[in-house]
Amino acid sequence: MSGDNAILLAILIPLVGAVLIALTGRQPNLREAMTLGTAGLLFIVVLTLVPEVSGGGRPQATLIEMLPGLPLAFEVEPLGMLFGLVASGLWIVNSVYSIGYMRANNEQNQTRFYVCFAIAISSTMGIAFAGNMMTLFVFYEVLTLSTYPLVTHKGNEDAQRGGRTYLGILLSTSIGLQLLAILWTWQVAGTLDFTAGGILSGKASGPVVGILLLLYMYGIGKAALMPLHRWLPAAMVAPTPVSALLHAVAVVKAGVFTVMKVAVYIFGLDLLRDTGHGQWLAYIAAATILIASLVAMTKNNLKARLAYSTISQLGYVVLGAALANDWSVIGGSMQIAMHAMGKITLFFCAGAIYTATHKTEISEMTGLGRVMPFTFGAFLIGALSVIGLPPLGGSWSKWYLMLGAAEASQVVMIAVLMVSSLLNVAYLIPIVARGFFLPAPQSTPQPVSVGAAAAPRPRIQEAPLFCVAPLCMTALGCVLLFFFATPLYRLLEPIVAP
Amino acid sequence: MMDIPGLYNYWIVIVLMMTGFYVVIARGNLVKKIVGLNIFQTSVFILYITMGKVEGGTAPIVVEGADVIYSNPLPHVLILTAIVVGIATTALGLALIVRIKEAYGTVEEDEIFAKDESA
Amino acid sequence: MIAAHLPVLQIVVPLVAAPFCLLLRRGTWAWILSSIVCLAALVIAATLLSQVLESGPISYELGGWAPPWGIEYRVDVLNAFLLLIVSATGAIVLPYARRSVAHEIPESQHGGFYTALLLCFTGLLGVAITGDAFNLFVFLEISSLSSYVLIAMGRDRRALTAAFQYLVMGTIGATFIVIGIGLLYMATGTLNMADLGARLPAVGANRTVLAAFAFLTVGATLKLALFPLHFWLPNAYAYAPSVVTAFLAATATKVSIYILLRFFFTIFGPTFAAEDITLQRLVVPLAVIAVLVCSTVAIFQSNVKRMLAYSSIAQIGYMMIGIGFDTVTGLTAGIVHLFNHAATKGGLFLALGCVVLRIGSCQLDDLAGLGRRMPLTMFSFVLGGLSLIGVPLTAGFVSKWYLVQAAIEQDNWLVAVAILVGSLLAIIYVWRVVEVAYLRPAPEGTPAGGIEAPWSMLVPTWILIGASIYFGIETSLNVGVASAAARFLLGVAG
Repeated sequence: MSGDNAILLAILIPLVGAVLIALTGRQPNLREAMTLGTAGLLFIVVLTLVPEVSGGGRPQATLIEMLPGLPLAFEVEPLGMLFGLVASGLWIVNSVYSIGYMRANNEQNQTRFYVCFAIAISSTMGIAFAGNMMTLFVFYEVLTLSTYPLVTHKGNEDAQRGGRTYLGILLSTSIGLQLLAILWTWQVAGTLDFTAGGILSGKASGPVVGILLLLYMYGIGKAALMPLHRWLPAAMVAPTPVSALLHAVAVVKAGVFTVMKVAVYIFGLDLLRDTGHGQWLAYIAAATILIASLVAMTKNNLKARLAYSTISQLGYVVLGAALANDWSVIGGSMQIAMHAMGKITLFFCAGAIYTATHKTEISEMTGLGRVMPFTFGAFLIGALSVIGLPPLGGSWSKWYLMLGAAEASQVVMIAVLMVSSLLNVAYLIPIVARGFFLPAPQSTPQPVSVGAAAAPRPRIQEAPLFCVAPLCMTALGCVLLFFFATPLYRLLEPIVAP
Repeated sequence: MMDIPGLYNYWIVIVLMMTGFYVVIARGNLVKKIVGLNIFQTSVFILYITMGKVEGGTAPIVVEGADVIYSNPLPHVLILTAIVVGIATTALGLALIVRIKEAYGTVEEDEIFAKDESA
Repeated sequence: MIAAHLPVLQIVVPLVAAPFCLLLRRGTWAWILSSIVCLAALVIAATLLSQVLESGPISYELGGWAPPWGIEYRVDVLNAFLLLIVSATGAIVLPYARRSVAHEIPESQHGGFYTALLLCFTGLLGVAITGDAFNLFVFLEISSLSSYVLIAMGRDRRALTAAFQYLVMGTIGATFIVIGIGLLYMATGTLNMADLGARLPAVGANRTVLAAFAFLTVGATLKLALFPLHFWLPNAYAYAPSVVTAFLAATATKVSIYILLRFFFTIFGPTFAAEDITLQRLVVPLAVIAVLVCSTVAIFQSNVKRMLAYSSIAQIGYMMIGIGFDTVTGLTAGIVHLFNHAATKGGLFLALGCVVLRIGSCQLDDLAGLGRRMPLTMFSFVLGGLSLIGVPLTAGFVSKWYLVQAAIEQDNWLVAVAILVGSLLAIIYVWRVVEVAYLRPAPEGTPAGGIEAPWSMLVPTWILIGASIYFGIETSLNVGVASAAARFLLGVAG
């Protein structure tokens, strides 16, 4: 199969899947089979692209000329390849998890859920493989809209309010700022194709670059750069699989992926570095990293804490783009994959805890580790990966970012990265510690039995298999990513050294 | 250098136009609005008829052999059409007023407004 | 043989058919006749457009009298495009009309309804096709008078007052246009628009011509409801029968914009508007205010039909911004939006008509839970709403793309930002409806089960909504024709 067809297939398969899911809505088993089948097929199709891309090829496809000179066109380059792999790979795991979660919690409207999910993945593929900014923008908006029904899935007051914030911020930033930036770029550069070295270099200079950068960075609301991060915690009203895949992987990663694309292919690293506009962006990113970490510590709701953690971790990617040198860009891009694997594990765990015990607050989770050892074990691994400790994948991205900061002689940024890691420890590890080491609260008085040396070991009560298996797999993934980071590095290398 | 007597017709046009316009805007009675509208339109008819007049011209009838100056008939023809349109408008407006009277029991704008508000 | 007479057939067919509708008395027969007529008109319009695109403007001498003495029907890219919009709307709306009209209008008035609809249709087509300024006024009055009648047929008694208000404002607007035409005739001695355009430069911008320009501009802006002359529109749209609202929203204001385009560019010429009266300073600010104010007002409406009516005024603002820029990109944006908005808003009003048919109201609160009860209708509403907002892959996006581009070309950042802010306001008013329909449960005691509208109404709705998606993806027809029309109006080669 040629790469060109594979691109179109990658976008088409989930859409066809969505139709099949809708048609088989009355038979849940068949419907779920459709979801899994589509996910598997998609991953295989995306995989077929890997050899060509890592061999230096750039498969291309053009769908239709939307406006004169602005086709809906696709071109797979390493960054997009990485993002495509991450999103499609994790969709499989997440589908398995969704099935467990949605059934165990007896959620309503499951067919709509899976349909929207498939459409969201399709648009994520569109974003990953977009060949120009216009195409990327189109799929960016489709992603926003197709995830809205997922965020408001519960349909109650809370969901409505959360959905309003979600849609409000994402749509208004993208239409109000990003679109303006795109139009301006089109006016200045005469093209929107992603080009190595940047299309704005040599075309724009001085304050224009700064304003454009500002418009782009805040226009890409999905990157959750403070102070436009409110939508992410708001989206936590969604069922956990949605939070896991979309708000830890697809949607937010689409945001930072776009940031990377814009930095590398629209501005060009040289332009960012030479004009010095990367500088203030780096500070905004650093502030986001630190403030979000601090806020995370104050949250008692597990999902909210993870949401703020995500905001903080997204800052790393933006920081990588802002430092604009080879190491930092590699580090930032790796962070997309590493954080995805780590954070999806954490969200899976949060969902598994909710499914098994209906607990959402961290303070209620005392002693749960002994009841749900697999879940909490996986949580520990995910947390360590997010913190960036070896031997887990997250350590690589932090390492390269550090190198990048050193390369840019930004001592402050090195300090920020270190402090942030400490903060990560401070807000993630206590959850595990509380689960494993604190005794469970005694809700019912134990019968007094003379001679009983210790309370009986609590019975293991895990969430359904469909929930636990995926989270173990992603936890394993975190470990594997540490040992097999070289292919990733090789894949990403051409971005900075074309 | 306003040639006031010579432009007499045009002054009349302006006075009528403004009168009609004022009545349409200022009066709350729907029938009076239609009256105002009619005055307004009539001013335009006069404007057209006036501009067709050629000084010393006669009625535009071709007379065998004689080379007479006659007024431009086209504006008159045009305005015949406009009059027809005006009549249609008036008829429709009055018909609507009848229906409004049936529905609201009044043809005063502010009373109708009050009834809609309270409803 | 027939091909040569297409321009006049475009008008004569519906005109002749109209009285027959009245004679047929039975609603069904009148409906069948008008449907056939509208379809025929669509075929003629499509043929004309393809002819014009192939071989340039067509001139038809009515009654064999050569222009500029006789009345000329002149079809160029711009009005062929408009003929297509009007006749396509007619052909799509009519199949829909049957059920909706049966529900909203008493049986005895059906014959009259279709007569008025066809007359209105004739008038709009006539305005578009004629090359004679006075003839334009006559057709304008034909369409206006019949649209007053159509609006007055609304079920609510407020339809009567709305129609009356529209009658007064519309007549003032039309009379202004007659005055303007009269003054132009005084200055040049001709009524043929192309001829006027040729003679006016020699006359120069003397006081008569300037007064004519002012009268024509005010008259046309009254008809097209440019802020602040828009007060007749919200009530007229809100209380008219659903079919009429959809038909008028898609066509009447669009035709009025066409009139303005003709006056500005064919009669006075682009240089007159640009040099002697700075169009940009006159029209653009008003249009920007229209976008911002009316979008905001739309947010606070409790009647969805009224909300869409205010949104229409805002959208007219977008078109006028594009026209006001007086550049190829700007005009292209204006004309493309004219087309896109016709499809989008027509579709939205049709969707609302389906709602009215089933629940008898279009108050926002009554829409609760409809997302589940009328899934197809409400989903079409959502898609149309997205096009109003200007989300990519919808027609609305294409218009906004060109519009903002036109603003940036002129370094007019304020306007560019205003256009985007308008989109953000649209998100709010569209999403109010979406939230109520999808996230608020139906009131207690509503019978379970779907109450989806009949196919005869759903299909036309979806055709228009589908068009507003299709023309956001495959833009060669709408953008191509619009930019051709823009170049033609500005006299730019290419």
